Parts: sequence; structure tokens; C-alpha cells
Amino acid sequence: MSTVALTDAHHGSAASREWSGPASKRIVTGYGFWIFILSDMVMFSALFATYAVLLGQTAGGPSGRELFDLRNVAIETGLLLASSFACGLASIAADTRNTTWFQLAMAVTCAFGLGFLFLEVQEFAGLVARGAGPTRSAFLSAFFTLVGCHGLHVSAGILWLLTMMAQVFAKGFRADIQRRILCFALFWHALDIIWIAVFTVVYLIGSAR
Amino acid sequence: MLGKLTWNAVPFDQPIPMAASGVVALAILAVLAWVVIKGHLPYLWREWITSVDHKRIGVMYTLLAMVMLLRGFSDAIMMRAQQSIAFHGQGFLPPEHYDQVFSAHGTIMIFFVAMPFMIGLMNFVVPLQLGVRDVAFPTLNSVGFWLTATGALLVNISLVVGEFARTGWLPYPPLSELAYSPGVGVDYYLWSLEISGIGTLVAGINLVTTVLKIRTRGMNLLRMPMFCWTTLATNLLIVAAFPILTATLAMLLLDRYLGFHFFTNEAGGNVMMFMNLIWAWGHPEVYILVLPAFGIFSEVISTFSGKPLFGYRSMVAATMAICILSFMVWLHHFFTMGAGADVNAIFGIATMIIAVPTGVKVFNWLFTMYGGRVRFQTPLLWSIGFMVTFIIGGMTGVLMAVPPVAFVLHNSLFLVAHFHNVIIGGVLFGAFAGYTYWFPKAFGFKLHEGYGKAAFWCWLIGFYVAFMPLYVLGLLGMTRRMQHYDVPEWRPWLIVAACGAALIMCGIALQIVQLVVSIRQREQLRDETGDPWDGRSLEWATASPPPAFNFAVLPEVSGEDAWWEFKHRANGRSTPDETRYRDIEIPRNSATGFVCAFFATMMGFALIWHIWWMVAAGAVGAFATFVVFAWRDHDEDVIPARDVERIDRRHRARHHPLTGKEIVA
Amino acid sequence: MTQGRDEVFDNAELAPGDEHAEGGVGLRVLGYLTGLGLALLLTATSFFVAGTDLVWEPSIPVALVVLGIAQMGVHLVFFLHITTGPDNTNNVLALAFGILIVVLVMGGSLWIMANLNHNMMPMDQLMQMQR
Repeated sequence: MSTVALTDAHHGSAASREWSGPASKRIVTGYGFWIFILSDMVMFSALFATYAVLLGQTAGGPSGRELFDLRNVAIETGLLLASSFACGLASIAADTRNTTWFQLAMAVTCAFGLGFLFLEVQEFAGLVARGAGPTRSAFLSAFFTLVGCHGLHVSAGILWLLTMMAQVFAKGFRADIQRRILCFALFWHALDIIWIAVFTVVYLIGSAR
Repeated sequence: MLGKLTWNAVPFDQPIPMAASGVVALAILAVLAWVVIKGHLPYLWREWITSVDHKRIGVMYTLLAMVMLLRGFSDAIMMRAQQSIAFHGQGFLPPEHYDQVFSAHGTIMIFFVAMPFMIGLMNFVVPLQLGVRDVAFPTLNSVGFWLTATGALLVNISLVVGEFARTGWLPYPPLSELAYSPGVGVDYYLWSLEISGIGTLVAGINLVTTVLKIRTRGMNLLRMPMFCWTTLATNLLIVAAFPILTATLAMLLLDRYLGFHFFTNEAGGNVMMFMNLIWAWGHPEVYILVLPAFGIFSEVISTFSGKPLFGYRSMVAATMAICILSFMVWLHHFFTMGAGADVNAIFGIATMIIAVPTGVKVFNWLFTMYGGRVRFQTPLLWSIGFMVTFIIGGMTGVLMAVPPVAFVLHNSLFLVAHFHNVIIGGVLFGAFAGYTYWFPKAFGFKLHEGYGKAAFWCWLIGFYVAFMPLYVLGLLGMTRRMQHYDVPEWRPWLIVAACGAALIMCGIALQIVQLVVSIRQREQLRDETGDPWDGRSLEWATASPPPAFNFAVLPEVSGEDAWWEFKHRANGRSTPDETRYRDIEIPRNSATGFVCAFFATMMGFALIWHIWWMVAAGAVGAFATFVVFAWRDHDEDVIPARDVERIDRRHRARHHPLTGKEIVA
Repeated sequence: MTQGRDEVFDNAELAPGDEHAEGGVGLRVLGYLTGLGLALLLTATSFFVAGTDLVWEPSIPVALVVLGIAQMGVHLVFFLHITTGPDNTNNVLALAFGILIVVLVMGGSLWIMANLNHNMMPMDQLMQMQR
């Protein structure tokens, strides 16, 4: 029985339904990080739920329609989308072990990401200056926390991005560094997915009311 | 310079915390002194503190849990004592202290006893049962443990520097908001749980990935031991539920620190949203606690009945059903808070449905025992005690799942009796069964059986004497968390309950004696074969304790109960192929976990006391730790094949458990 | 149980985020370009729908949600390479579990809170009663 299992595995495990042993480090690392991303999505969903519940609680203060600048949001969306694309190119460069293209693509990703953050900080500062800061009402608390949490994740991502650029510069495309690049790409694309939810639910639907 | 921290934070005028802290400080100093003087510090640093071995980390988790059990139980004794005295009087604990005692009791028992105990056992056992060398992310495992320890440390520091929360183990707003809890107590609670929550999440990611991706050859999912299935379900729940806790506590922190209005009375805050979210975490949490215990009982019952687990596939289905259903019942924790009949009815029905898979499990355990050659040793006694006790607790739960009943019994002692019934009867009995069952594997010698049985009986009888009166009291109208009362009918029941607590204390004392005696008599209790219970799963194929690499060569599995199959088919016939020994790479020790936790403690303490420069320093330190870790070039050590062979042959040279023959190498 | 080997097999699985690299660089870049193009299209449509008079107003939120889900799908397929192939099954299952939890938490919370808000007096009125 065991010999049969052995030969099956030799010819590729697609043929047999036997588990052929511990998965490779790349798969293990990638899958573990994927699970982390899913947990992060659940955390955002709690913040989204809170935002939805507190949407109308403006406490006599300004509501979304009065506050949101959709042109700004469109630019932010474009920047983040472009940075996701650049990150994809960086992943290809890492797979093909092309240092120049990798560093270039990561630098572009970083630039777009920083652009996004700059606009968002500007937006927040403007709201606070208008007296529509997070302490004004429950709606604004929820808004700042949800969008701000995403922005914090982007900031952490930028720190990580710079660290990865430094690591590749110092040590090249070692196997463990490749795994971290895989995780970074998963993280960065996931942030863009969350942003889709943010700009759709918070800004677009919030302005259409 | 030091934020809000002044000498006033130390409660010099309160004898109980001063005495308790004094005793603990003395004990810690004594242990430290012994360690340093005897020269054990390098050993401790090298073999335990910086270890990334799942076996070591599992033991440390379990040790943390058992030590914190003593602290949580002291709180329980104080509460029982207070309530038996405080009839038409103030007792010995003024309200502001009593409130901290019950809050600390719940927080410690759930987060720093039950969770670490289960995570510790899962950590220790699962890689062995899966026939592999370690969990998916060993260094991350260490980080998770040390962050949990940080949370425990912060809660205990609150005893002597500052105060603890007075809001109960779940800090409901608006009481927990800054306006009504201006002190540092709630902040201690919040930061402690946010930090240890990261540790728990990390453990969750680790164990899900391990079960799904790191199993030995031939170990298909439906050939895994039942404990691995419950580990999978539990950690899926951890990954799904703990982010909700993180978000909710973070929102309360934002309210308290930055003046946000999530849960305040003013500016549109919605207090009920906290309840909703915290119980959306809280209900999966109780299944996170009990599912590993169910897995332990499956292992113990089948081993001590000498039979395979009855209805394996239905057990798997039931486990995964519980996993999914546990996310559909959370409103039953706040039936009385205004949701309306239709919402209450749906969640009430869902709550009753979730009892069904548990019933399936109980029947499967009973059918496993039926027709088996049952050995009534301590782990099995805990299992039988569990089945009787948990069924009662479960039934009272289903009773309260009926919304009109909940309206009568919500927040009464009936509720308190119910959840202690299921947590002690389920989680704690499971923890003790697992502790006794796997102790020889971890340390190479069994625990003393006589003291084990005595401890069990004290716990079992003590539990019933302590908690059955609480059911009666709940029906007589007594609410929970009462610092004093004046209803004479209640008094006799409270005194009986206090006697029950004293009996449990005897049980705990016997467990401590058992440990001491077992260590002293370890040569008589030595486990020579690695398989002291005639077990069925792969952890019993290793030496006791297993070598760092667990298995010299990863086993190849072809069915359920892999070790049992091997023992009964091979029968001393198989000889290990000598050429198969190879160099083994094991992950290198790392101080990352410990150092990271040091900075986390610094940050947590500084955040509580508003020492902002220290927060920044801690954050920089934590980030630097990760960068240093990421920058290392050698993350594995190599054990040469000849050492592997030598260690393995030493184990194989011992008696074969079944035939008594020596295995020819 | 026999003594097996210590080697590692891939069990015919892909790490999440990895794609089969048979296409060569050009094809892979094209994949990302396609994703970018589709995402831009859908995003532009979203912004258009939100501000236009051409769409029946009550359906705008629904349309936006549908467009949002489509955009997420584009990201999952073209950027994260999550496919329905057998080598991606575990990744898809994990994603499905995550989506289930998100739906339960958000849907459940909204339903419960709507019920509570409907039945309970608003907090600011409650506070006024205490004066």
C-alpha cells in the first residue's frame, strides 16, 4: 500500500489524492500571510460595520455630502491603482531576478503610495481645520478611524516597501527575501481592494445620499 | 516626564494588594536568585527564553496558564468570602475594590488561563501528531507567546501600580468611557488585551497554516487525529474573531485617548454597537476555548478505551459545523437589550441548533467507550467528569437561549453558574486531562496517579458544591457582581458555595503536591518507551521527551490512528533503513520574541500612564527588533545525520511497547 | 506507517499571489495591464454613476456595490492570481471563509443595530430625560 503511494507521488500528486508531505516554504509563507490578510479584512469589516451604523449620527454637524471632495478621491484612487500595477511589475521583476526593474518598479510604487498618503493627510487636515475633526460627531469618528486605519496600513506598507528595497540592495534575491516580496505584494494589492470598498461605500454612496 | 505616573499610583494604604504584591515580589526574587546562583541563567536563556521549538513554547504557555490560574483563583476565593460575609454589611472588600477583583478574575481566567492553556497544548501536540518537525512559523510562535506574557504582566502590574478596571471582564460603555472611568484601570485592561490579542492572532495564523500545509506524507486531512481537526476549527475562529476584538477595543481606546465618539453618550455615540461587536467576538471566543478541549477528550477517550474514535467523520462534520455556527448566535448575550422579538427569535433558534453538533460529539464519545477495555486513569476521569458536567451546563445554556427565559435570568447568578459550568466542566477539565495525558511526553515521566485522582475528586465535588447553589440563587433573583446584599434566603446558598470554593482550593493544592511529588519520584514514574498510555497517534512514536527534531525521519502514514496501525501491523518486524538518516535543519533560536515583548511592555505601560516619549522609544525598539530579525543571514542550524542516527537509535533500543522485543536496528 | 522521505512536494499547489510562469515576462505584464485597464474602466464608471442623472437614483447604491465587487474581482484575478484552478483551491477556500465572516459580521451587525435603534430611545433624548 505504501509503495503504491510512493510511486504515485513520484509521478506528481495530481494523480493521487494522497498528501505528499509538508509544503514548500514559499507556499507555507504565502498561505500564512494570506490568512493574516483575511484576518485584517475582518478587522476592517468591523470598522465598516461601525461606520455604517454611525453614518447618520452627525450630532448636528456636517455630513458626508458636505465634506467629501470626490475629485480628490478620484485622484487618490488612481494613484493607489497605479501603485498596485507598479507592484505587480515589481513582482515579475523579482521572479525573473531583475534587480534594476525591481528597484524601479518598487520606487514607482512608493511614489504613488506616498502621493496617496499626502492627499489623504491633506484631506484630514482640511477637515479638522473646518471643525469637522473626529471629535465632532460619531459619524466623523467612524469616518476618520476607517479611512485613517487604511492610511495607517498604507504607511506601514511604505515602511515595509523601503525595507524590501534595502534588503534586495544589500542581499539580492535570496529565497527568504523573495518570500517577503510575495507577502508584500499580497499586502499591497489587498490594501487596494480595501480602498475599493472605502471609496465606494464611504465616499461615493456617502455623497449620493 | 513620567506622564500621569506618581507615587500615588502605589496603593500603600490598601493592605490586600500590598500584601499580595509583596508575596509575589518575594517569590519572583527568590526564584530569580535561585536561578542565577545555581547558574541556570544561560541554560534558561538558551533552551527556553529564546527557544523557537514548539514543544518548549507549548510548555511555557501552559506554565503561564497554571501560574495565572492561581492568581485568578485567589480572586475567586476573595469573592466567595466577601459574598458569604457581606449580609447586611460591607464585608472586607469595599465596592471599588470588589469591582476590580471580579473584573480581574474574569479577564485573567479567560485571557491568561484558558487561552494560553489551550494554545500551549495545541502548540506542543499538533506538530507531533502531524508527524512533522515544528509549526509553520517557529519564530513567530515565540513572538506570540511572549506578547501573551506581556499582557499577563501588565494586568499583574496593575495590582501594585495604579488600579485595574472596575467594569467587569468586558468593559461596557458608557461606564468604561473616560467620563465614568477616568482612572488608568480600563487602560490597563485595554492595552493588555490589545497586545496579547496580537499574540493570540499570531498563534492562530501559525496553527491554521500548520494543519493545512505541514503534515507528513500520507496524512490526508481525514486521517488526522481529532485533536488536529479541533485545532484547525479553533484557530480558524481565532483568525476570524480576534480582529473584531482588536477593532472594538481600539475604538474604545480612541474614545478614551483622543476624544472620539464611538460609544459615548454625547455627539451620537452608540453604546449598543460596543455590545454588538464585542459579543460578535465573544461568542466565537468561547468556542475557541472549548473546541480544543473537545479534541483532547476525543484523544483521551479513544486511548483509554483501547478503541478508535467512534464516528470520526461525523465528529469532523460536527466540529466544522460548530466552527461556522458559532458566528451566527452572538446576540444571545444581549437578548434583553432591545432588539425586538424577531431578531431575538432567530438568534435563539440558532443557539439551540448549535447544541446539536455538540450532542453528536457526546454520543460519539459514549459509543467510543462502549465495548472498549476502559482504563479509569486520571485523564479518563477528567473526561467522564467533563461529560456529565458539560451536559448540565449545556442544557442550562439551551434553556437561556429561549429569549423569555433570558429576560428573567440575564445577568443573574444563573448565568454565572451556566458559564462556569461549561468553562470549568469543559475547558478546564479538558486542560487538566490534556496536562496529565501529555505530561510524560513533555517531561519523560508520568504524574503521580494517586494525587491526580484525589485532585480530580476534589475539583469535581468542589465544583458542584460551589456552583449548583448559584443556579438556585439565580432563580431566587440574585444578580451577579453583588458586593453586598440583604436578602436572608440567599445567605445559606452563598455559604455553601464558599465551601465548594474551599474544596476546589484543596484540589488545586493536591495538583501542586502532585507536581512536586512527581518531580521527586521521577525515576519511578519514568516513561521509558515514549508510549506510556498505549496511544494511537504519532506523538507516542517519539521518545519522551522528543528530540528537537521530533522525528528522525518523517513517518509515512496510510490510515487513521497511524501509530496504532504501526504497532499492530509491524509487530517488531520492520527495521529502519540505515541509509535514510540525513542532516536535519532546525530553526535557530531567536531573542526576537523576548525583545519584542520587552518593548511591547514598555509601550503598553507608557501608553497607560501617558508617558509619550517612552511610547515612541518602545515603538522604535520594536521596529528595530523586526529589522534586525529580518536582516539575519543564518536562520537554521544543522543537526548532522550521525547525531540524528545516534539519538534515534537510543530511542529505538528501548522496549517495543507491545511485544517487549527490542527492535533490531 | 513506514519510514518516509524528508523531501518536500508541492502537492500540486500554488502559493497565493503566485502564478504559473509559463507565459514569459511579456504575457505576465499583459495580464497586469489588462487588470489595470479593467479596473480603471470600472472605477471611472463608479464615479460616473455616483454623480449622474442618467441612472434611476434609488438604484445608484446597488450599482455602486456591484461595480465595487467587480473591481475587487479584477484585483483578485489579475493582481492576486486567485483562480478557480485545482492548484488554488486552498487559497479560494480561505478567501471564501473570510468573505463569509465579513458578510456575517457586517450583515448581522447592521440588522441587529437597525432593530435596536428602531426600538430604543436615542441616547441624547435619554440623557435629557435625566435632567
